[in-house]
Formats: sequence, C-alpha cells, structure tokens
Amino acid sequence: MSLATSLRRGDPMIWFTGSALGICILMIAGLIGIILVNGLSFFWPGPLERVTLKDGGVFMGELANREPIPNPGHPDHLQKQRIQLRVGNRDLFGFDFKWIDEADIVSREQPKGVYVFERREYGPLLGTPVLLKEGEKELANTPEGVAQALAGLVAKASADRAAIARIEKGEIGAINYRIEQIRLQERKLDFAQRQAGPDASAERAELVRQTQEQKSEYAKRQLELEELLQKAATTYLTVKTADGRDKELRTLDIFRAYPANGLSWSGRAAIYASRLWGFMLDDPRESNTEGGIFPAIFGTVMMVILMSIIVVPLGVLAALYIREYAKQGMLVRIVRIAVNNLAGVPSIVFGVFGLGFFVYFVGGTIDQLFFAESLPTPTFGTGGILWASLTLALLTVPVVIVASEEALAAVPRSMREASLAMGATKFQTILRVVLPAAAPGILTGLILAMARGAGEVAPLMLTGVVKLAPELPLDGYFPFFHLDRKFMHLGFHIYDVGFQSPNVEAAKPMVYTTTIFLLIIVVMLNLTAIVVRNRLREKYKTGAF
Amino acid sequence: MPEQLTDAPLSPKDSGLRIRTEVRAAAASSQEAREADIVIENCNLSYGDNHVLHDITMDIDDRRVTAFIGPSGCGKSTLLRCLNRMNDLIDNVTISGKIVVKGLDVNAPTTDVIEVRRRIGMVFQKSNPFPKSIYENVVYGLRIAGLNDKATLDEACERSLKGAALWEEVKDRLDESGLGLSGGQMQRLCIARAIAVEPEIILMDEPCSALDPIATLKIEELIYSLKQQYTIVIVTHNLQQAARVSDKTAFFWLGRLVEFAPTADMFTKPGDKLTEDYITGRFG
Repeated sequence: MSLATSLRRGDPMIWFTGSALGICILMIAGLIGIILVNGLSFFWPGPLERVTLKDGGVFMGELANREPIPNPGHPDHLQKQRIQLRVGNRDLFGFDFKWIDEADIVSREQPKGVYVFERREYGPLLGTPVLLKEGEKELANTPEGVAQALAGLVAKASADRAAIARIEKGEIGAINYRIEQIRLQERKLDFAQRQAGPDASAERAELVRQTQEQKSEYAKRQLELEELLQKAATTYLTVKTADGRDKELRTLDIFRAYPANGLSWSGRAAIYASRLWGFMLDDPRESNTEGGIFPAIFGTVMMVILMSIIVVPLGVLAALYIREYAKQGMLVRIVRIAVNNLAGVPSIVFGVFGLGFFVYFVGGTIDQLFFAESLPTPTFGTGGILWASLTLALLTVPVVIVASEEALAAVPRSMREASLAMGATKFQTILRVVLPAAAPGILTGLILAMARGAGEVAPLMLTGVVKLAPELPLDGYFPFFHLDRKFMHLGFHIYDVGFQSPNVEAAKPMVYTTTIFLLIIVVMLNLTAIVVRNRLREKYKTGAF
Repeated sequence: MPEQLTDAPLSPKDSGLRIRTEVRAAAASSQEAREADIVIENCNLSYGDNHVLHDITMDIDDRRVTAFIGPSGCGKSTLLRCLNRMNDLIDNVTISGKIVVKGLDVNAPTTDVIEVRRRIGMVFQKSNPFPKSIYENVVYGLRIAGLNDKATLDEACERSLKGAALWEEVKDRLDESGLGLSGGQMQRLCIARAIAVEPEIILMDEPCSALDPIATLKIEELIYSLKQQYTIVIVTHNLQQAARVSDKTAFFWLGRLVEFAPTADMFTKPGDKLTEDYITGRFG
C-alpha cells in the first residue's frame, strides 16, 4: 500500500488519536502509581542499620533513601552515593533524618535486639531496651528479659491510655459541657434582667447549686484520673541508643514496640496492617505528623454529604424553573450563560464570598439573635462545617444545574403529553413523570459535583477547616449534629502536613498516604452515587422496541 | 365492507378475524341514528400565520368509531388534539369556533382544561408509558385525581388491563417496568391507562402506525370491544384500518373537511372526486 493511500485513508489519524489516549492513560496511571508506591510503603517496618563513620560517629536508623551526590562542576558530580537514615530519637538529636556519604562509612550492620518504640512524643525511639523499673524496683535488667516483658507492657499501656481517655474526654468532657450550659443559662438570665425582666433569683440559686454539684463531681473525677495516672505511670523503660546514650521512657507513652531486625515476613506484614489500620482510625498527634487521620476522613465525608444534601434540591429547583417554567428567551439565555460561567470562577473567590456572606453576615446575625449569651465568643459567626458545606454547594451548584437541565430536556415530550392528556396538572406531571425520568441524569450531576466538592481546599480554608479540630461535628451531645463546629479535611490535611509541618521529612510519606485516602473517599462517594443511579436506570430501562 | 377485511395481512381462517367479521356485520346492521356526542362548529385553527384548519363543522356520534383520514399535513391530528385542548401546549396557536363535548364547551374560558382531559382519554401514535411499573402506569390517572385507596386502585388496574386485553399477559409482573413490554403491549398499556379513569371519549392518534400486523390486529379488536362503552375518534393513515374499525369516516384535505359519511358508503360510493382519488390511491 502506498503512502498516499495510507494518508488518504487517515491511518496517521488513528496513530495520533491512539497516542493521545495512551499518553493520558500513562499520566493517570503514573500519578496513581507514584502515590500508591510512596504512600503504601510508608507503613512497612524496614530493618534498622547501624552505621559507623570514619570520625567515630555511630548512627542507627531505617534506610529511607539513597541518591547520587550532586556536585556540579566537579568530575565526581553524581558519581558518589549518599544514604538517608531515619534515626529517630528527635529528643536526643534534634533531627529525625540524617544524610550520610557512603564514602565516610566504615561499617554497616543490622544489629540484633534493637527495637523501634513508637511513642506519644518526639517520634520513634530507636535503641536496645536494657532496663525495666517499677518505681525503684528493677523488673528486668537484661535486653532479653525486657524484651520478654515488652508485649504485655505495651498492651497494658494501651488499656491504661483508653481508661484515661474515657475519663478525660468522656466523663470530664461531659461535666465541662454541662458547666458550660449552666454558665450560658446564667448569662441568659443576666440579659433578661438587664431588660427589666422578672426577678429570677430562685432560678439563679438553682443554677449556682447545679454548678456546685457539677464542680464537686468534676473534682471527684479529677482525683480518679490522677490516681489512675499514678498507677499507670510507674513503670519506666531505659533504652540504650546506638551512640551509647541512655533514654528513660515511661511505658504509658509507648504505642507500639517491635524488634526491627528480628521480624519474620509475616510479623512485618502484621505491623504494617496494624499501622495502616491505626492511621485510618486514630486521632493525629505531634502536630499531625504522627497518629492517624480519622477526624479528617470523618470531616471530609460529612462535609461532602452535607454539601450534597444542600446542592441537589437547590440545583434541581433552579433547573426546573429554567427548563419547565421560564419563558425561553433572552433573559433565560443570559441566566444560562451566567450559570455556566459561575462554574469557571476560581474556588478561592467562593471562599471569600463564603467568609464575607455566610460566616460574617449570616453567622454573625444568627449569633446576635439566638446565641447572644455566648458572645463575644462566636457560635455560628466563625467558620464551621455548615458554612463550608454551603460555600461548596454554591461552588458546585452550576454543575448540578447544567446536568439537571440536560436531564430534564431529555425527558421525551411524548411522556409529558401522556401525563397532561390524563388530566394531570403541570405540577403533577413534573413531580410524577418528569423528575423520576430525569433522576439518573440529575444524579450524574451530583456525582460530578461531589467529585469537585471533595477535592476543593481553598474555599474551606476560609470557611471552617482547621489544622486540628478537638471535637468531631457529630457526637453524643444534644443536638448531635454540631454544624457550627470547625472540622478537619483530608485535602487541607495534605497541605498542612506537607507544607506547614515542623518535621517535613517525616511528614512527606504521610502526604502520599493521606492522598490515597482522599482518593479512596472520593471514589467511594462517587461509586455510591453511581450504584444508586444505575439502580434507577435498571429499574426503568427502556425495553426493546 | 367484509371484502375490505380480506386485505388484512392474515389468513381469513384466523379466528380473530372471524370474530371481527361477525362484530362488523352486527355493527352494519344497526345503523340507526345515534345522538351526537361531540359537536364541532366552524372550528378554525392557525399556528401563527399558518392557517391549518378551515371551518370544520361535524357531529361525532355517541359510542361509535369515527375515523379521520387524509394525507399527511391535512390537519386531522390537529383537529383531534383540539378536542382535548392538547394544542394549548403549543405556543402561538389561535383557535376559534365551538367544540362541545358531552355538553361541555371545550374552548370556553371558564372550562377547566383538567376536567376536559379527564373526560377525554387519549392514545398517542408512539406508545408512551411512564418510566414506572405497569401497575403505576395504569393507575396514574387515579393517583393524580387523588385516589390512593389500595383496593380501589387494584380493582381499577385489573379492570382496565382486562379492558385493554392485556391482563393475561402481564398479571404476574405488574410491578415490572412498563417500558419492558413489547411495542404492542405498550400501546395496549397506554389504552388501559386511558380507560382506567373511565373517560367518556377516547381519542386515538394513529395508534397502530408503529406496530406490526399482529399487534395492530389486537388493537383493532380492542377498538371493537371498547366502542360498546366509549365514543372513539381515531386518526389513521391506513385506509384499510379505517374501513375495518370505523362506523363513520371523515376525509380531510388541506385543512378542510371534504367528506364525512358512514364508512360503508364512503368506501363504496364516495361522494366527492377528491375522496375517490384518495381512497383509490391516486394521491396521498
């Protein structure tokens, strides 16, 4: 076949289109691949290496990286290698990671009996446990003896921490909540009295009595807590680090301990799974560089659901008016163009609007009208999950309007005529025939809106996301949904951990892991909507004609 | 017109055809004058500047099948849609003249269009079931009228489906989608939906044009049985169908009513040259 024929038949077009698709797939696969590899390898417990340097220094840590040393202009540019060790022991060294030139190394080995301790503060502690004491009494003084006692100690520490948290967060938290409620009631009485209201000294006395009651309860719990702490905090572990220093560690603070070089493959896998699990379900520690991301997952999901609840009715109603009721003319065309353009407005603009309108104006007004007793502390007059969801709803409503309008337009005219000819009003026709027939298309709009909404960060930073939210927006205290509360969000968490963290090197893998979770959540939310949509389609699929 | 029946694409031995022949004969023998059910006087209609219907005046008999025939664009469907004011849905349409259906002045400003449409059922060219279950399709008219009593709805559903000769085929799958039926079944579902609200008149706008011959046959049989109870106006392109099912036929041409006569007369001795040319296939 000649070149001319080939050109005329458009063979190069097939190559071009095919390559374009190929490049797209390659980029997406590469993106997901890099995130998966970096994110999922983070929890794998690698062996510890002890490195002795020419100058006599000794470092031990997990091998984190190896790269050629750049030295531009010199003949050895990129010829020599250096390694990065995660040496931990930040409280001793002041750093977590250490770069070492391979040329400086005298010996490298993987010593037996060294442990990694994950603890409450300062990142991991690496070393050999040598002494276990309870008060002044020595429980074990050989590495082997201590190692034997360790498993039980870690389990006990975990149980103790849970008991302490139960009192601190649960019981004392509840008392604090009640005291705050009483204080607000008192403030309300003050307000009423100032406006020459009736004398409320009886109620006031009752409130004072209740406060006293709660305070004595509080003192009791406090005592209980201190007792528990004293009992739990008596055992101390002494760990000898690679450079020969002793570090004393309260066993209550140990989250996990494992012998890094004495693990089987399955043992490593178990630690990996438990770390991944903990990452998903724990609260963050150490300014988000340790612990888990549960509050961020929860906040993201709740915000997207709230946003969906707001955006669907709003968008569908608007689309119904434009498509079904409005007279199709110049004005409708302008509105349609405006809606389409709204979808292209940068999200930070919506954030600024949300801050100015929702938070300051609407929230401020609500505070003055309904929560005057807690002013000047704002209740709704500050960023919160409700305002963030509303802002995102506004941001994504054009998507829903456009998709709904198309879905409504796709409902065949014959179906509307059938309904009208039965004596149905326009309203009944829309409600009973047009909307159900358009539901799958409307859900497609919601899917697009959720995909966009779950990934937005900029507007949230202005309207309610925080680095660390002590309480979830959903809990056991009336009214259960606390829409005024600030919340955590995976997208913001990625930014915060990656760029605002004091310990960037340690946080880097967490950025990838958090990204994986954000992707999984977006995919799962979308899948849910897709399954619902396909059910609807399946239910009313058009038969063969 | 028994010889017209033999044009049906089925063997004369077909039992359905025999039944139809008998019914046909019975209808022909009782050609006594019926009370007029629909009175159309000087009906004019235009879409913008386009004058579509010119001074239509005709009376349609009670419990008879009246067929509207004529070439495409002659205004027969438009006239049909005037009867239940479906033309309201089109912008820029002007209607004058008087249409009285069972004593109800359809076009009067005081007339409730919902009331008109509830009393006049309509079946469309393309079957248009709702994206709902078969059951919900049938009881749709009752539901929008505010009826929600389960027993009443069940009873109406069964009665209508039986009336539309669909009950035996769908009684075990009433909760399946109406869109899953075959073309003919869907059209009968639409008829069941129309008769569920017990209208007085049924309008059919080319109900068989999208159906195969067997489905067409079933619909035609249905029309026979329905006319015992309902006044039926049917628009059709199929002259044989008009001859088979209707008692009276109206021939339209360019928006004018050319001839309106008992079907037997029109197909044997047409009173107008245009009619003759049309039914003998010289144009159209």
